[in-house]
Amino acid sequence: MQNEESRCLLKSVGAVVISSFFILGSSFLSGCLRDEPPADVTIINNAEPESLDPAIITGLPEFRIMLGLFEGLMRLDPKTAEPIPGLAQSCDISSDGCTYTFHLRTNLVWSTGEPIAADDVVYSWLRSADPATASDYAGLFFYLKNGEDFVTGKLKDPSLMGIHAPDKYTVRVELNHPTSFFLKLCTMPVMSVVPRQTIEKYGARWLMARPLPSCAPFELAYWRPNDKIRLVKNPRYWDAANTRSQTIDLLPVGSPDTALNLYENGQADIVLDRTLVPGELLDVLLKRPDFHPFDYLGSYFIRINVTKKPFDDPRVRQALALAIDKERIVTKITRAGEKAAPTLVPPWTANYDAPSGLGYDPALARKLLAEAGYPNGKGFPKFEYMFNGAAGGGDKIHQDIAIELQQMWRDNLGIQMVLRQVEWKVLLSSYSHLDYEIARSSWVGDYNDANTFLDCFLSDSGNNRTGWKNPRFDALIHEANEQKDLPKRAKLLEQAESLLVHDELPVIPIYYYVGLDYFDTNKIEGFYQNILDDHPLEYIGRTRRGSN
Amino acid sequence: MYFLKRILFAIPLLLVISLIAFVLVRLTPGSPFDRERAPASPEIEQNLNAAYHVGEPVWKQYLRFYGLIWEKGEDGHWHHAAASFNISTKYRSHRISDIISQALPVSMTLGVLAFGVAMGIGLPLGFITAAQRGRWLDYAGGFLAILAVCVPGFVIGPLLVLIFAVKFHWLPVALWESPAHMVLPAFALGLFSAGKIARLFREGMLNAMQSEFVAAARAKGLSENILLLKHAVRTAVLPVVSLSGPMLADLLTGSFVIENIFQIPGIGVFFINSIINKDCAMTVDLALLYAILLIGLNLIVDFSYTLLDPRVKYE
Repeated sequence: MQNEESRCLLKSVGAVVISSFFILGSSFLSGCLRDEPPADVTIINNAEPESLDPAIITGLPEFRIMLGLFEGLMRLDPKTAEPIPGLAQSCDISSDGCTYTFHLRTNLVWSTGEPIAADDVVYSWLRSADPATASDYAGLFFYLKNGEDFVTGKLKDPSLMGIHAPDKYTVRVELNHPTSFFLKLCTMPVMSVVPRQTIEKYGARWLMARPLPSCAPFELAYWRPNDKIRLVKNPRYWDAANTRSQTIDLLPVGSPDTALNLYENGQADIVLDRTLVPGELLDVLLKRPDFHPFDYLGSYFIRINVTKKPFDDPRVRQALALAIDKERIVTKITRAGEKAAPTLVPPWTANYDAPSGLGYDPALARKLLAEAGYPNGKGFPKFEYMFNGAAGGGDKIHQDIAIELQQMWRDNLGIQMVLRQVEWKVLLSSYSHLDYEIARSSWVGDYNDANTFLDCFLSDSGNNRTGWKNPRFDALIHEANEQKDLPKRAKLLEQAESLLVHDELPVIPIYYYVGLDYFDTNKIEGFYQNILDDHPLEYIGRTRRGSN
Repeated sequence: MYFLKRILFAIPLLLVISLIAFVLVRLTPGSPFDRERAPASPEIEQNLNAAYHVGEPVWKQYLRFYGLIWEKGEDGHWHHAAASFNISTKYRSHRISDIISQALPVSMTLGVLAFGVAMGIGLPLGFITAAQRGRWLDYAGGFLAILAVCVPGFVIGPLLVLIFAVKFHWLPVALWESPAHMVLPAFALGLFSAGKIARLFREGMLNAMQSEFVAAARAKGLSENILLLKHAVRTAVLPVVSLSGPMLADLLTGSFVIENIFQIPGIGVFFINSIINKDCAMTVDLALLYAILLIGLNLIVDFSYTLLDPRVKYE
């Protein structure tokens, strides 16, 4: 009897456990149902943002969302990506080019109603430059007086840094030397204005505050990780009258097939980034009018570790470069209209004259290799080419290019290369520790100026990662960046780049990136391709036809 | 008492799992803060590593994970250091608990639905193939079951999308917004398990049909249907029950492939991304979550044996 009672009890408990399980499941199910109206515009923005803090973000998907929430003294023109007035209505530049006086608009308020003043700008810049914030882009403040000392922690008093607020509507910035692209830097997220009152109240969790104060065209309605970010129009933005859409959704879709399906099904209006175009369908999709390729400020190149033999010999590096048929790579592998790159800096970069670079000349390549002591590749050690890979998607291009390079160097120079595919983080770590021989790499410019590419290869730059040090190159870059005369500056930069891609070649440029967005111009307007692929959200909206 | 002992034993087991996961992630090359753009100066990199304690010895980082570190502050006094288990090095604006609380219900919902698909297709298919052994239904059902097991999710998923969403527009292509959005991912995730259950249940049924108590029941004159449904099934389902615990744990914690194909905001994507990005705390937290689910569900499975088979007793 006792056993029967125990068994009954056990069965009852079991029934309760199993029922609870299914009740719980049902509640989850009901929690997943969302009854919300669709946004005016839905944009597939590639990856899930790591953060929306302007001081610490580094990726383009984050930049795009952040542009809608936090504005700086300058903002981007949607067509040209050139700086236009943002929170500052005007800027005076001193005759020596070292002092910038920004005059703020007098009607600026946060979306939550608090006024925005010059002190907020100073606070935001000092926060970004503060070593405790650990901003990857804090290097941009090196152009300010005492900026480098403050960022590196040598200077403790932030008031000595070259940014001050002499009055409520004036921000004065003092530079170390004239910097012709400084206004472009002022459009960067690291120089955006952030809500001091919220940061002081919530600390590291300030982005979770709701409502989150915004000083840009939109407010953050919600942020569901790996699901959706919804932005709603900020009625208190100084230019709210020109914000086209009431709501914009940004979806973090990583799979190109899914992105295309959502677009074809009408669940997304705009898809950003070349990586979200299925590679197998590229030839077909490029013929469609809603697929828009454009010149992009980015380059794909090979990085060479010049501290390792035999790559310490410039003739070897030149031989490698001359033996690559870059046209074949862009025609057979990348196929989106990329152009073979003789230089690192794309030729459509502003205020810039590209040097000639090296072309495809296998005979000259063999001659140089022989001069370096390896006639027909004899005696040349087997070496590794490192690249990153992932399942499917755009990353397969690196493998295809690696195989192509392996064949070209074998056929043209008689040298053996081993392919080594590693994880992305492992590749980056190899760069930093110079633990590679040759590796694939790329660089996307942050602002429309050649300096964003070339200063990476200064001897003391953390982005160098080749072991290459050239005092002449450093001197040319420094001189160019202090030059007010733009044609003279362009000439200096041209000389510097010639050293980089013609004479010394710690890097071998392969092709310039092509951007590729897809959207229907009959349904969407205010979206323009520019070389930075930055798209200020306030201009984007539906056409009348697209609204029906 | 038996189940209480099992629960108590789970605690050191979870600690061992967290230690192994932690050490494995920490030992992989690279730093969570390695980026294509280098920090502006070495001091910035040092600050970042110091803020997240990346450069500390692994044992100290592990203790810090559980909040077992006391440090001397600038004031000279000892202070308790905050635990790091809730801090992501990748998603620096979110706590890990924020992410899990939003993503886990989604994965669990998908997992429960996929489990339902697996059982709803696998059990009847296994029953029919066993009952119709040697006939065309057996062969056809067996073929379908093996097909479901062999064709991977990243093939089935896009095929289902192509047919039911793109071609016929019966269902959405992706996202997670309504019950209709759940159908294709549930089938894509559940079909593999349905195939396994069908084969396992068929095997169990065939064994049960040859057992002595079924022969005795048949000799008593019971109809074949009652024989199978009332007597054979209870024994035949035991292997399926054994499998269902770990299977359900696997389904509930999300599938990276299915979540990627259908853009579902589940936990699977975060699991894989945390490993790729060396986000140690997130990896360990999710590994522990999986372990807790697995241990819990295995306990439920063991308990359910006592309901299904009176011969089973635990000491």
